[in-house]
Amino acid sequence: MLLGPALGLSAILFTIGVAGVLLRRNAIVLFMCVELMLNAVNLAFVALAQVYGVGAYLIAFFVMTVAAAEAAVGLAIILAVFRHHQSIDLQNINLLHG
Amino acid sequence: MTEAVFYVFAAVAVISAACCVLQRSPVGALIFLVQAMLALGAIFVILQGQFIGVIQILVYAGAIMVLFLFIIMLLNLGRTSSDIRGPAGIAATIVLAGLIAVELGGLWAYSPARIGREVRGSAGMIQAQAAFAGGEAAQRATAAHGVVGAIAPPLFNEYLVPFEITSILLLAAIVGAVVLAKRKV
Repeated sequence: MLLGPALGLSAILFTIGVAGVLLRRNAIVLFMCVELMLNAVNLAFVALAQVYGVGAYLIAFFVMTVAAAEAAVGLAIILAVFRHHQSIDLQNINLLHG
Repeated sequence: MTEAVFYVFAAVAVISAACCVLQRSPVGALIFLVQAMLALGAIFVILQGQFIGVIQILVYAGAIMVLFLFIIMLLNLGRTSSDIRGPAGIAATIVLAGLIAVELGGLWAYSPARIGREVRGSAGMIQAQAAFAGGEAAQRATAAHGVVGAIAPPLFNEYLVPFEITSILLLAAIVGAVVLAKRKV
């Protein structure tokens, strides 16, 4: 059934995603790490669907929809920020720094 | 055999995810991420989630990643130096990621088998078998109606309202993306 190994893999991928978000300054790479974290959570849902039934697949399906919407809006925001600053390095984006 | 294939794809997913985080150029990181998502799609198929596996490859590895690629090409970032944070950032990353790894590892002790044992042992539960009947019911439904046929009835009956809200969410995302990306509104 591979439930334990799948959940372990999900935890490893989620941790790699968190490390990427903390480690990188490029906004696009940061977004890609967020997608990786969403994918890791999806893996946990799909693995648990073997125990809890079809509802878990549907949750994974909804997570994917939200991820698609998030990617569209987030990339549009990155595009708008790039027009302003000519850079997507998060070090240069400190408008709310105070 | 299935387990061996699972571990091969798991290794591919972990290695390409790590390469994605450490790769300097955004395009290289993206290609590694696509690799990780394809491996995850294969793992979904191994875990009996064929429908989600296909959607994963179509939507994630196809649509979303191409969107990222378009943005990277559009921005024309050029050759920049490494964008990985300095020593303080690396230290913070190791500490925080380590904490999360420890927390998730702590969940390892709470495996479904142990939860099942505890449910079975407690007197309050009415039926021990009923706690985890969903998985077997799902397998029977898949055998009877096929992979998509087993998912469709709950999606359009019990989960109808979330499904409709999803369409509103997508519409809002489309409008928001167009407004944000336009030069003059």
